[in-house]
Amino acid sequence: MTTMLNTPAASAATGGRRHLLSIADLDTAQIRTLLDTAAEMHGVQQREVKKLPTLRGRTVVNLFFEDSTRTRSSFELAGKWLSADVINISGKGSSTSKGESLRDTVLTVAAMGVDALVIRHGASGAAQQVSQWVDAHVINAGDGTHEHPTQALLDAYTMERRLGSLEGRHVAIVGDLTHSRVVRSNLLCLRRLGARITLVAPPTLMPAGIASWAAADGFDLSNDLDAVLPTVDAVMMLRVQRERMSGGFFPTPREYTVGYGLTRDRLNALVAANPDAVICHPGPMNRGLEIAADAADGAQSLILDQVSAGVAVRMSVLYHLLSGEEGSAQ
Amino acid sequence: MSPGDVSRALRRIAHEILERNKGADDLVVLGIPTRGVALAKRLVAVMEEVEGRPVPVGALDVTMHRDDLRRQPTRSPMHTDIPPSGIDDKVVVLVDDVLYSGRTVRAALDALSDLGRPRAVRLAVLVDRGHRDLPIRADHVGKNLPTSSSERVQVRLSEHDGVDDEVRIAGGEHR
Repeated sequence: MTTMLNTPAASAATGGRRHLLSIADLDTAQIRTLLDTAAEMHGVQQREVKKLPTLRGRTVVNLFFEDSTRTRSSFELAGKWLSADVINISGKGSSTSKGESLRDTVLTVAAMGVDALVIRHGASGAAQQVSQWVDAHVINAGDGTHEHPTQALLDAYTMERRLGSLEGRHVAIVGDLTHSRVVRSNLLCLRRLGARITLVAPPTLMPAGIASWAAADGFDLSNDLDAVLPTVDAVMMLRVQRERMSGGFFPTPREYTVGYGLTRDRLNALVAANPDAVICHPGPMNRGLEIAADAADGAQSLILDQVSAGVAVRMSVLYHLLSGEEGSAQ
Repeated sequence: MSPGDVSRALRRIAHEILERNKGADDLVVLGIPTRGVALAKRLVAVMEEVEGRPVPVGALDVTMHRDDLRRQPTRSPMHTDIPPSGIDDKVVVLVDDVLYSGRTVRAALDALSDLGRPRAVRLAVLVDRGHRDLPIRADHVGKNLPTSSSERVQVRLSEHDGVDDEVRIAGGEHR
């Protein structure tokens, strides 16, 4: 019944504080525990009184250096429903815009005596770096193009609720692989849960060196969405991250949609091949670019389920990090 | 306690609950995981046999309401399952295997108040081993087992542990 999120690497580096920096730090049993707890938290979410007293007196700081709607607000709700005190600091409007460094901002916040720091930053590895500076639990809420572990957990949770066990299920992750942090976390998480993965993207949006990773880790790559779509149980559309693109990845948005968008025709092909197939999107969506409105709003879409699962999963993560003996390595 | 002792105690408790409540009206029986849930189901089976009508039964997890979360390794919350009839204006009978410090029951009372407002809450336990930290007592007790606090009371139930029902005192350090 005892569970831990601490990883040998993370706790050795930080004197026993537990963090959630990467899905790679979690084993299958730990992922299972987080998802099972999330299911119980989901039950709490349906109640009239949604508040649990569990984290009373603990403080959670959301430190967001990049824009976010659902991640930040769901972390905020998750903390509040567990009775923690939550404050939000965003990069814009904080002293960062006066030129304060990440380290100074983080140390300043930590000096106020916070228990957990939820951080989103545009630089890959930012959360890992921060976890070495501060004496607080650090949760990675997205670091550059590296990882977004709670998103992967909530995606897995949402898909499991609809599809049952993901063992042997085929999941296609489609779109802007180069700029997506969601894809790496999802790949790791879904693989641990036994799913078969195919990554689909135009050649220009395939990250460099992914072929050797795919070969080593046993997942597939494809440039042909129409060939993959009829074989999947779930398709996850990634957002085309135009803010991270300095041009040249595809000729026009129209051409991207024709090749890799989940259009109405592709939706029909998907449903014809597998009526139970589901559609996920980590949000925010570029409607009409990578996903058509019919696909986003149809019966196959889990997109809003993903959002409500987000709070439950983040409650689970906060609970497992912040409860338990302080400073214990186990 | 042997399997026979456990089953006799549970039958008696079931009858006591019905007697005190003057029937099964408005009763909701909630077990506290893990073994309380199995005990609650057994109590309800007896009550249904006696009253000839279904009695709502469920599970109430108290993990998130415990006051010792920061003193122990993290526990995973167990399943909470409230019967669809809810608990508002019902007589809720909490069921647990061992009553010791009373802290679990306190947490259960808190958890209940988040779920609704029962008309009354009663407590039924298989074993009361004493050493209360809080002003809490059981309404229905299977057996009072005087123990020393260095001892452990071990409850095994067939549905849970895959062995015959058994209650025994274990691991007292004899000094």
